[in-house]
Amino acid sequence: MHCERCQQEATIHEVVVRDGEIVEKHLCEQCAAEAGLSQAGGSGISIADLIGQYVMAKEPGSPAEAVTPAKPAPAQGCPGCGMTYADFKAGGLLGCGSCYSYFEERLGPLLERAHEGSSAHVGKAPRRAIAEARGERSSSAAGARRELAMKITTLEQKLAKAVKAEQYELAATLRDELAKLSSGVARSADRASDTPADSGMGGFS
Amino acid sequence: MNNADDPRESAHSGHDRPAIPYDRTEWLTGRGPTTDVVMSSRVRLARNLTESSFPVRIGSADATRVLDRVRPSVLAAGLADRVMWVELHTSSKLDRDLLVERHLISPQLASGKVGSRRATPSMPRAVAIGLPDERLSIMVNEEDHLRIQLIHSGLDLTGAMVAIDTIDDRLESSLDFAYHPRFGYLTSCPTNVGTGARLSVMLHLPALRMTGDLAKVKNATDDLGLALRGFHGEDSEGSGDFFQLSNQTTLGKSEQVLLHEMEQDIVPRVVEYERRSRQLLLDRRHDATTDEVWRAYGVLASARLLTASEAMKLLSRLRLGVLLGIIPGLSEQTVNLLMLLVQPAHLQSVVGSELSQRERRVKRADLVRTRLAAGAQPKASDA
Repeated sequence: MHCERCQQEATIHEVVVRDGEIVEKHLCEQCAAEAGLSQAGGSGISIADLIGQYVMAKEPGSPAEAVTPAKPAPAQGCPGCGMTYADFKAGGLLGCGSCYSYFEERLGPLLERAHEGSSAHVGKAPRRAIAEARGERSSSAAGARRELAMKITTLEQKLAKAVKAEQYELAATLRDELAKLSSGVARSADRASDTPADSGMGGFS
Repeated sequence: MNNADDPRESAHSGHDRPAIPYDRTEWLTGRGPTTDVVMSSRVRLARNLTESSFPVRIGSADATRVLDRVRPSVLAAGLADRVMWVELHTSSKLDRDLLVERHLISPQLASGKVGSRRATPSMPRAVAIGLPDERLSIMVNEEDHLRIQLIHSGLDLTGAMVAIDTIDDRLESSLDFAYHPRFGYLTSCPTNVGTGARLSVMLHLPALRMTGDLAKVKNATDDLGLALRGFHGEDSEGSGDFFQLSNQTTLGKSEQVLLHEMEQDIVPRVVEYERRSRQLLLDRRHDATTDEVWRAYGVLASARLLTASEAMKLLSRLRLGVLLGIIPGLSEQTVNLLMLLVQPAHLQSVVGSELSQRERRVKRADLVRTRLAAGAQPKASDA
């Protein structure tokens, strides 16, 4: 197989799953080095190398921002629930309402096949959505609440990952952010006249 | 059954086994339009809360929060004369099976199975049932947070749709349902997104089976984008000639258009086809048809061992015989009720104890013999 860049024999092959799609890279040693894919033993990147990069990144003293691994994150999931397109293809079910926005482009053709060529809704809508479309104040508050709940969910997931990876500095920052947002939820719940008194749903994930 | 301790609801639900009286179940009454062919009409709406991920993606703690969120809304919304809330993760298997046989919950909800995920009996989940007629049931934490369903006797999709629309509006005033401007109501499975509405009718098609024309109906309904399935869902072969016909499309077609297509156009054609086939059987195959009906009666009235599937097959023929006037003195309602009582959970509930499979066959045969003897003194009118 030839290198994607220079037509020499490709010796480094990388397979990354991104959004559920398999992305393959085939490069010669020189181009791979330029692209940041170094090779230790001649059989691709070893797990030890990856772990090494990871450990270095979270050495004490390194700034929290440097925690991001050197390699691109594999298979970004839905910000609402973490589901990847591969998960969806395997199980046939989406994980949360945000999946529809996150996978919107890919879902279009699939929905058309399932629904006699249609990919757009016709019919009933919740009164809140209708009001929102008209830009009424009360419903934009509901929209803001949704957005806030979504942000909180994303943060909670990041926090859980940070704790698991023992990135305590990052975890502390995330926890502060979460506390700020959660107090925002309490305030907006107080303002909302159309939700029942027991709206302790802010922390839903 | 395990009820929540909400005063509004516990005040109304004194209950000894059987937990729900079955003589009030509306779709068994045989009342309503076109019940000779259409047993019942059902409309189901799939709804999800904006605040939580879908059930396939949540654990026990979040599932409990969904229940805590939905329970007060459902119980306070005045959705039926009385609403009973049953938590399924703490109820017995027999109770859950009873609810499945009554079409109030799905087998998936009974077992705690969501999507391809393994069944989790401890998954917090519930059903709210409208009493006394059992028209309304709201499954909570099935594939979607809420599956609202309304069953009316006979062909009455319009009535069921009007009623469920009001219920949806009332719930929406205290629950925020996930909705997308392009995709409509958001559901866990993309095949339900849009209206989230599934309209279906339960059809009794014994004559089309006997004339061999069932395949033609299936092909025609397939072409129209509808699914014709067996009584117990996707894979079953329609035990006792009972079939469920439902829409497949939920996106791009409004509830009204769907309703019109089903109720005004497609279902009446299937009904007409079945009725013509019944007449054909009477006119051209009179002896063979009456023989088949009376043989069914003979076995039901004298057998000492009956399996559920044999009982259903024979009761289907008996029902045809009652409707065609071959067997006088027996009511449609008696036969409808027997079709429910021969199911395993109901049988054990009537007998009042758990039974082995062999014991069930004996008790089932006893029950059918006794009820037929009490319900009818048939005279051979065709002799």
